[in-house]
Amino acid sequence: MMHRPVLLGGILLAVLGSLCPFLWFILTSFKSQIQVEAIPPTWWPDGSLVFYASALFEHQLLHYVRNSVTVAGGTTVIALVVATPAAYALARLRLPGKTWILGGLLCVAMFPPIVIAGPVWQILERLGGLNTHWGLVLPYVSLTLPLAVWILTTFFHELPVELEEAARIDGCTTWQALYKIMLPLAAPGLFTAAILTFICAWNEFFFALLILTDPERQTLPVGIALFQGEFIMPWGEIAAASVIATLPLIILVLLFQRGIINGLSAGAVKG
Amino acid sequence: MTQATRNRITSWLMVVPALTIVAVFSFYPAIDSFLLSLYSEFPGAERSFIGLGNYAELFQDPVAHQAFIVTLDFVLLSTILELLLGTGIALVIHERFKGRGWVRAAVLIPWAIPTVVAAQMWRFLLNDQYGAVNAILFGNQVDAYVPWLADPWMAFGAIVLADVWKTSSFAGLLILAGLQVIPDETYDAARIDGATAWQRFWHITLPLLKPALLTALLFRTIDAFRVFDLVFVMTQGGPGDATQVIQFYGYKTLFTEGRVGYGTTISVTVFVAIAILSLFYVRTVGSKLLQREPA
Repeated sequence: MMHRPVLLGGILLAVLGSLCPFLWFILTSFKSQIQVEAIPPTWWPDGSLVFYASALFEHQLLHYVRNSVTVAGGTTVIALVVATPAAYALARLRLPGKTWILGGLLCVAMFPPIVIAGPVWQILERLGGLNTHWGLVLPYVSLTLPLAVWILTTFFHELPVELEEAARIDGCTTWQALYKIMLPLAAPGLFTAAILTFICAWNEFFFALLILTDPERQTLPVGIALFQGEFIMPWGEIAAASVIATLPLIILVLLFQRGIINGLSAGAVKG
Repeated sequence: MTQATRNRITSWLMVVPALTIVAVFSFYPAIDSFLLSLYSEFPGAERSFIGLGNYAELFQDPVAHQAFIVTLDFVLLSTILELLLGTGIALVIHERFKGRGWVRAAVLIPWAIPTVVAAQMWRFLLNDQYGAVNAILFGNQVDAYVPWLADPWMAFGAIVLADVWKTSSFAGLLILAGLQVIPDETYDAARIDGATAWQRFWHITLPLLKPALLTALLFRTIDAFRVFDLVFVMTQGGPGDATQVIQFYGYKTLFTEGRVGYGTTISVTVFVAIAILSLFYVRTVGSKLLQREPA
């Protein structure tokens, strides 16, 4: 539909514009200190790994990685366990006030984080959840639930009703119908919701900054934002840490591009 | 217990955990914030009820005014640019060509990168000495290097640039979803009549794309209002107050200065602004969408 040269130009612009800035950061992470401080900058790196070594061993990057895996993993598991039955009930069962519940969830997704930050901090202080990973996971679950529920509800909606009815006639309970019949069929939807929840929790910064003040417990975004050198900005280490923090996400995008695109537009357009 | 009652109880049991978490960690805190904004509370003072006193103070606070204006400028500029670029991206990745999956993945990468990482990346790209932007623009003329983030206007532009780079593809995906529901036959008649590609886009695609564009506009506006990470990492609100967006001002008042009442008032005002805007969008956009539904 588009003219060939226009299309090619568009593709080139979109790909280069998306990748080049980060490519520069990747190149930086493989430079030596002298190269990073060269004026004007040198483009091609020596292939040195000093910044990775320094980020890992001097700046405790592995701590941050482990904390991020715990928090993002925990959020994903809990959010899905909670969102799945809710989405099933909203899509398939008789439930008064369905539209209100879905509308309410959409509302929550619009809340600016700062409006809930103060009281959430106080709740966690009372529960002893400050500076703990579960104390961050709970608000993250609340933050990611709306999207997960929306995606799953659209998926359950599209599944055929007949299988479920047959299961009911054979004497399955509602829960059995969900776990034995619907879950395997909705696996792609679950997977999409899981990836999006994980990315969201992995990247979140604001709540992590407020709730985790102990460097031992902080997640990658907080670590990268607060990275400090003794005298100068440690750009090489920041670049190396950034590459490590982003690598899992790039892999997810490369593998599951189709699911992510469907999931993101599911809530917005079909809903 | 009848089967019907049992079914109803099961349905409720299925939604209760989700509703509880959202109620405790989102709804209750939002309501609590509304109440807190009616009190005066700061370190070393008892909490006291002052009614709308905080709102009166906010109304006369020049720093808050500035923050609101910066935020509105940011929302306006970044949303417009993201919708334009997003439309371009959507049109490109909607076409059929070899390797489209790879192109789509490449475009998604900025969206997937943590905002904090994107912020550090742009901060380094725009660095006055080691940055790639200066090197590309001025090469070896080191004297001409510009300290981008030290200039109020440039720093504001840098925040917009970082946001546009990171989120245009998300706008693009929402618009792509809109493109995908336009049937190919719609274009056939126009092509037979000899309409150019541009005419087809302007007279057929764009009108049909309106609902998707408005959805993207709504999502992007709401999100742009909440900008915080980019400012925290790239400028800390500076130079001066040039990039101090409202959420950053609220954060400072609330958590750095510990002025709970006033900080909450700022945040509640952001909330109300977003709510009004969303309502406005949903009413104008939503009603049009509903009219279109039966077709």
